[in-house]
Amino acid sequence: MSSKDLILGRIRAALGDTAAPDVPRTYRRAGTQCADVERLVDRLVDYKAVVHRGSDVAGIVASLEPGRLVVPPGLDPAWLPPGMATVEDEHDADAVLTAATVAIAETGTIVLDGSPDQGRRVISLLPDLHICVVRPDQVVAAVPDAIARLDPRRPLTWISGPSATSDIELNRVEGVHGPRRLHVILTER
Amino acid sequence: MSTFLGMPTTAPRGVGHLRGDESFPDAARKALGNEQLRRNLAHATTTIRGKSGAVIAELPDWQELRSAGSALKAATMARLPELLERLEENVTAAGGVVHWAADATEANRIVTGLVEATGHRRVIKVKSMATQEIGLNEALEAAGIAPVETDLAELIVQLGHDKPSHILVPAIHRNRTEIRDIFLREMPGVDPALTDDPATLAAAARRYLRETFLSTKVAVSGANFAVAETGTLAVLESEGNGRMCLTLPDTLITVMGIEKVVPTWRDLEVFLQLLPRASTGERMNPYTSMWTGVTPGDGPQEFHLVLLDNGRTAVLADEVGRQALHCIRCSACLNVCPVYERTGGHAYGSVYPGPIGAVLSPQLTGVADNASLPYASSLCGACFDACPVKIDIPSILVHLRNEAPHPRTERIAMAAAAYTMDHPALYARAQHAAKLSRHARRLPRPLNGWTASRDLPQPPPETFRDWWAGR
Amino acid sequence: MRIALFVTCLADTMFPAAAKATVTLLERLGHEVVFPPGQTCCGQMHINTGYQKDAFPLVRRHVRTFAPYDVIVAPSGSCVGSVRHQHAMVARNAGDLSLAARAEDVAGRTYELSELLVDVLGVEDVGASYPHRVTYHPTCHSLRMIRVGDKPLRLLRHVRGLELVELPAAEQCCGFGGTFALKNADTSAAMLGDKMRHVLETGAQMCTAGDASCLMHIGGGLSRLGSDVRTVHLAEILAASEAS
Repeated sequence: MSSKDLILGRIRAALGDTAAPDVPRTYRRAGTQCADVERLVDRLVDYKAVVHRGSDVAGIVASLEPGRLVVPPGLDPAWLPPGMATVEDEHDADAVLTAATVAIAETGTIVLDGSPDQGRRVISLLPDLHICVVRPDQVVAAVPDAIARLDPRRPLTWISGPSATSDIELNRVEGVHGPRRLHVILTER
Repeated sequence: MSTFLGMPTTAPRGVGHLRGDESFPDAARKALGNEQLRRNLAHATTTIRGKSGAVIAELPDWQELRSAGSALKAATMARLPELLERLEENVTAAGGVVHWAADATEANRIVTGLVEATGHRRVIKVKSMATQEIGLNEALEAAGIAPVETDLAELIVQLGHDKPSHILVPAIHRNRTEIRDIFLREMPGVDPALTDDPATLAAAARRYLRETFLSTKVAVSGANFAVAETGTLAVLESEGNGRMCLTLPDTLITVMGIEKVVPTWRDLEVFLQLLPRASTGERMNPYTSMWTGVTPGDGPQEFHLVLLDNGRTAVLADEVGRQALHCIRCSACLNVCPVYERTGGHAYGSVYPGPIGAVLSPQLTGVADNASLPYASSLCGACFDACPVKIDIPSILVHLRNEAPHPRTERIAMAAAAYTMDHPALYARAQHAAKLSRHARRLPRPLNGWTASRDLPQPPPETFRDWWAGR
Repeated sequence: MRIALFVTCLADTMFPAAAKATVTLLERLGHEVVFPPGQTCCGQMHINTGYQKDAFPLVRRHVRTFAPYDVIVAPSGSCVGSVRHQHAMVARNAGDLSLAARAEDVAGRTYELSELLVDVLGVEDVGASYPHRVTYHPTCHSLRMIRVGDKPLRLLRHVRGLELVELPAAEQCCGFGGTFALKNADTSAAMLGDKMRHVLETGAQMCTAGDASCLMHIGGGLSRLGSDVRTVHLAEILAASEAS
């Protein structure tokens, strides 16, 4: 008997004729609330992300003096400051500039899904500064709205503020292995 | 010895970390004597209770989410065979390989074999309760493979040659000064001027592990959730060490208890709201990674998922106790438990400490192997209120006490007391006999625990029923 | 209203003042109190220590004794909790479904004192007078098992002359837990130590609660410390009047 058959047999023996209960979904479901960009800003800032607002993405990026910048292959070229060179290898980068797929106002979360303007997961992981551009139509109210928009078959990275830990006396400290600085540029259109 | 195949079976002895060396009261007595430990625990649990309470209060539908989470878990258990097969199908279709491990020994053998097949001798690990439960690190080391824990707290525990004492924050028993001392003593290349500032300590861990992350080709993780419908796995973390392990290596091996499956993608909308707020007291943890099998050109190109039983089916067989399998490992019950706050996690012996450990460990091992744990609670009920999936821990404790082996003298005393109380005349006589204890300052065993730190009340001149009869 | 008193074995034997006060209070409010004589113990200690089989005859006795009464009161959140949340379970586990049904029926008519006063009798000002500085410890089973909420506090706030002081970390267990105090005596004592520290911090003269068991524990500890802070059952405060 394979271990699979053994385990499944044990489970069936354990369950007997246990019936599955109905799941009450009386919580706030997708589509029941309006997305609130101001709340997103508030929550991002609360978790030590820096928020910039405006449509001159390239100008904001330039003002951050990102150093050696890595970008995903499908990034909007207009977001790059004129004349700014990029590096090919994320291991050599000080900063990364990406788009996002969804941003969740209630939790201050941005989600990347590996689309061409967001790139492979590793490029937004190794550099110390992550600059992420979010469009207003990408902002949703809460977690259920994000789940409804995302494709689970894509590799997803949910990011809420810079890398942090609560492992020392259960106090949150920013800056461990992931990017220590997270800047979010909220565009106006 | 013959085993009837297919019967739910408890976790085997001699492997893993589900059984302690001594009883809870004995271990607790030692922990209670450690003033530093008690201060560290009181500080940490008070901090987290405050944070968690504040972010839970922000949600108008917290109770509705708890109800949904509770029902989702119960529904999952009822359909477990079908959901696990569905998960296997979808992980396989997405390029992963699924393995089934009936117990810790088999899981360790599978993982060790997979690592050996890569030819590499070092693995990086994301914090995982399942791999601690089965003693995977010891199994890997025995095979000449070096496991490197990358979670900050796990690193503190590993460098300190210590044991984890909390589900979420395994080094909760250490304060910042102790952590600095461990780093100074054990971390190669550490700055000798290291201070105990938490940010500085975190930065030291970042520097220490960066080269290891970049050069290690195999990672081992656990999983918080696995979606049957899509084959998607999810790991919630804070530091980015999880992202490192889940994206940098060539090979990823994930070990997951069979109870971690959820039916649909949409179900995560419930658990992703419950877990961070109950656990670290955050609206959302800094990083959550989700992956489905293998993504060409992005992340590990070889993915193995090991589905672990190791006693879970024995838990499932108990109609009252099975809800312990609903646990999403948030550790809220530890943080609110007045017993845990004073004894810490080591006293529980198992990798699962606190209230959930007191109901889960004895069921995974069989209650005879952890007979003191169901009694490691005053039944105050704070755990039940805090549980984001509404596990009725006090009721399971009472149920397990009924199953636990009882000391012979206690059995006799309890039977005698019950007999007396079922006979009102005997009972009235016993009430009068209680007056004889009027002058006792110290009682004999096992009642001396009371008089060690409390005085006995003076019995009244007459009982209530005497007074009533004389009215 | 005719009210049956479920005295609880602990109040009957060790703390009759709490039980007498319950009678005094309810009679002062114009109700008839009866004492069903066959009652002994609800079996909670047996159930919570893992002796459901031994508890079964006690559950049966309790249900039989109280079945004839429409309203039952106990000066204990913990014993009411056992009646409400454990009795039917013990009967079911013993295979006696008829007893389980009757136990549920009795449980539905059983109230903890503050519940009876506020919810059933609709009274918060019971006409009491108690000129002392008092702190209130919400016992775990009152708070989390039967959820009396702020009913005891609402009653206390109406007591003439009583100065109510808030207990820090009030919702933390005092460490009693029945046989927990014996089986895990060291942990229990550590919990008690913190509870007493908080009680003493309030500067109260009295610590009150709705359970004689927890008060016995806290009071025993305070006595050992040599503190002159006393413990007093909620019923005794509510029964006290200017005349007494």
